[in-house]
Amino acid sequence: MSLHVSRHGDVVIIEVEGQLIVGNRQELKQQVLDETERGARKILVDFGRAGYIDSSGLGVLVSLAKRLRELGGDLRLANLNDDLQTLFELTKLDALFQIADSREHALESF
Amino acid sequence: MGTDAALEFRIPSDVQQIEGIVERVVHRCAEHRFAARQLSLNVPVALTEALSNAILRGNGDDVSRHVRVRAEVTDGELVLEVEDEGTGFDLEACTEDPTIPENLEREDGRGLFLMQRLMDRVERYRNGGNIVRLTLHRR
Repeated sequence: MSLHVSRHGDVVIIEVEGQLIVGNRQELKQQVLDETERGARKILVDFGRAGYIDSSGLGVLVSLAKRLRELGGDLRLANLNDDLQTLFELTKLDALFQIADSREHALESF
Repeated sequence: MGTDAALEFRIPSDVQQIEGIVERVVHRCAEHRFAARQLSLNVPVALTEALSNAILRGNGDDVSRHVRVRAEVTDGELVLEVEDEGTGFDLEACTEDPTIPENLEREDGRGLFLMQRLMDRVERYRNGGNIVRLTLHRR
């Protein structure tokens, strides 16, 4: 997995490329926490180039979203393909996250 | 295509081993023309969960312990067996529903749930080690 970080105004965009699973979820966690240390409060995770996610990957997204809310911010998601959308629906995490169908729509929503 | 010889692996308890195993099993399923969604979602996620459980829970993340994986793929179904060397973890005890509101914000507790939703059958038994058997019918 690799992460590509960019900025759009005060939103930090983290694009996940590859699988977000037990062996690498800590990388995403650390990247987001580092960004919050630098003052970021709006995080967008873009899954446009992601593969599959396991329960560990889902779990790290849940804990990061909670952390951002505690800081008065928000973590949102964009570009989930059908498989990822299914995972979020199965686990009812689509009720916990704001999920946009494109990066543009996500950025507009912040 | 019929039946090939089963894929068999024995790996140390290291989560970095998971992706390679998943790739091989998915490739074998692709050869047997499993549905695209089964190749991109059901098989990789469920197998990753089973391997992760075996490595982290079953074998206590002890790299000196091993996990055995067997994947038998026919034109009709995939049968996966994942065996760890631990003393056993009770799958049935991990039955809290992660989708109810009070559990939704938990970081853990979704692995077994996903295996059960993505596979047609999930079984556990002991035969020396602890074995989880996952079955998926080809669509």
